[in-house]
Formats: sequence, C-alpha cells, structure tokens
Amino acid sequence: MAEFVANGFIRFEAIVPEDVNERGIDEMRRLELERFGPDGLKPPHTGTPLDECYPLPSAIGEYLRLPQIRGIIESFVGVDPAFDHDFTHHLQPHSTYTQPLHVDAIIDSPDTTFDVQLFWYPHDVAPGEGGTRFVPGSHLRRVRSSGLERYQHIAGEQQFSGPAGTVVVFHHGLWHAGQPNPGDGDRWMHKVRLNPTVAQVRLWNTDDLAELQNPPSDHVFARMLPDSVAQILRTMHPWMSITDYRNEQVQRAKLWRYLTGDVTYDVDHYLTRLEGRAGLVGS
Amino acid sequence: MAPRQQVLYLWANGSALDSGTVAWAFHDGTDGAGPTLPDTTPPYANGVAAMRNGWMLLQSSQLTAPLPGNEHLNDYLEYEFVFERHIDIPEGSP
Repeated sequence: MAEFVANGFIRFEAIVPEDVNERGIDEMRRLELERFGPDGLKPPHTGTPLDECYPLPSAIGEYLRLPQIRGIIESFVGVDPAFDHDFTHHLQPHSTYTQPLHVDAIIDSPDTTFDVQLFWYPHDVAPGEGGTRFVPGSHLRRVRSSGLERYQHIAGEQQFSGPAGTVVVFHHGLWHAGQPNPGDGDRWMHKVRLNPTVAQVRLWNTDDLAELQNPPSDHVFARMLPDSVAQILRTMHPWMSITDYRNEQVQRAKLWRYLTGDVTYDVDHYLTRLEGRAGLVGS
Repeated sequence: MAPRQQVLYLWANGSALDSGTVAWAFHDGTDGAGPTLPDTTPPYANGVAAMRNGWMLLQSSQLTAPLPGNEHLNDYLEYEFVFERHIDIPEGSP
C-alpha cells in the first residue's frame, strides 16, 4: 500500500486465469460492438454496487468476482464500492493512434479520498506494442487534463508490457495515455473505475503495519528507521525537482494519515514542524 | 529556400538553464524535412546543451510564489524552457 501511495499504481502479474482472459476478450469485443447500440451487452449503470455488475454468466463478471481481484478491490475501496464506468480499449494491429497524456475526469476534491481504476490486460503485451503509457508518482498533482498534452516525453515514464492476465491498479489521478500498437495482433484492455462508499481506512491486510509504521520523528536529516513506511514514501521519481519531491512527501504523508487513521504520521518532519509552530501564533 | 520553425520544449529539475532535463517535446515545422530529435532519451542534458547545438531560447517560465494554502501542492512541471531554430527547406515543400 505504501508503494501505491508513493507511485500511484501497483501491478499484479498474471493474476487472472487464462480461460477468463480468453473469454474476457470475446466479451470485450461484444461490449465494444454493442455498448452504444439499441440491443445487446450494456455496461452497468453508474453507481451500481459492484456485486450487481455483470451478473454471471459473464467473463467480465467472473473477472470482477475472482477472490484475488475482490481482495485487491476491497483493499483500496472497501467491500461494497460503486461502479463508476468501464471501457474496452481496443487497438487494431499497426494502429498509429496516440493518445495525449491526460488524467481521467476532472480535478477531484482536495481531500485524500480516491477512486481506483483497474486496467486488465487479457493477453500478453510485448514491450512497445500498445501498452498504456503512465508517469509513476504523478497521481497527487493538481492538474487539468488538457494541460498535460504538452508533455510528449517525461523521464521515468513507463509503458505497460507484461503477461496475459496482468492487472494494474491506478490511483485515479495518475497521468496516462494510450499508445500506438505496432504489433501484428489486436490489443485489448478493460478499464473499470470504482468509487469507495466507506472511509478508506485500514481496509487492507495491516498485520505488519505496527512494525513498519515509523514515528513522526523519522527524519532523513536526523534519525530514521532502516525499514519503514517512510523509506517507501521517500521514493523520488526521475522527473521531480527537489521542491516537487518534498511537496510530494507532504501529500503522501497526508494520504497515509487517511489510509491508516494515524493523524500524527509524518515523513521527514514537514507536517509536524508546521503543526507545532501553528499553535504559537498569537501567544 | 524557405525558412521553417522547429520548437523544442525542455522542462528542467531546477530554475537554471543548465538544470537537468526531465521532460521534453518537439514540434517540427519542416514536417520531417529538417533534422529530428530522438524520441526515447532526452535530446539534451540541459538547456545550455541545446543552445550549443543551435537552439535559440524563446522563453523561460516565470518564478512565482505559491498562493496561500497552496504552498505544498504540485501541479504542472514548473521549469519550462522554450527554444526555436530556423531550418531552410526547399521552396515548394509542404
């Protein structure tokens, strides 16, 4: 979870079984054809509880009901999230379509709550063959979607490649873009956005949290624990300035406070210093 | 020969023109008739290296203090440098 907070994504390699992947492609093809037509397969209504989405028999429904997928979802947005929307992303062989870098939807609320988006790649994606481009660590920045189109290349950005059945979970704010598919095969991906309906506090397996949670005194310029959450939240991405990096640590610490319910949590004393001094004003 | 403009955006990890490149974008008014730049690696380590390769600085980003309450929020890449160079291409080129 700390890696998700630092990077804005986490990937689960080949977590969907082969038969579900194969039937999933068929159903994605149907959904693409029939979604906007008068009849046929339709996505759920926005706001539908996840349990009621894609009732069986449905390959997408099977995928969303896999215990390992439900465990992932529950860890981020609880046991009863709401379906926001989904979409099948399909690139024909040799498609040159390049999507500009963007974030989905609009700038969200300034609080720390978040949606997740699950990217399901039902077949192998070779390096450079149409996998999603994304910028690790970009998820907590306050930007308008169209403003990102200017960035053609960012140091440290990644393009997804991996084996069939891999699922990548994005924080809703992660910068990303679809890429051309120079390969000979169709490239399919199913993306679903889910909204939490409960506070996202300690929803994942926190058995090791007490051991890894650093005290607010943990400070890179004083003393710090060698193996702690703070060490992960100190991840600096290659495109960041030192100011970016320190501000990101503040934003990550705030998100970690929300996720753990620990209102004193800090990384490198930034929040604690300010909060301590705030009480002195007017005294 | 007809002059055409090429534009290069460099974003740096600091406010100085010789701060390291962290992002870049290239727009080619010659439509491929002029020299190109690599896609996968930063074309120049910093803005000064671009100048030494013939790029002219058009604009650099202003340094602005954050609004109260926004001191610890990040948004767009902060240190943007825009360069141009003029390339002569044969008359009648698209």
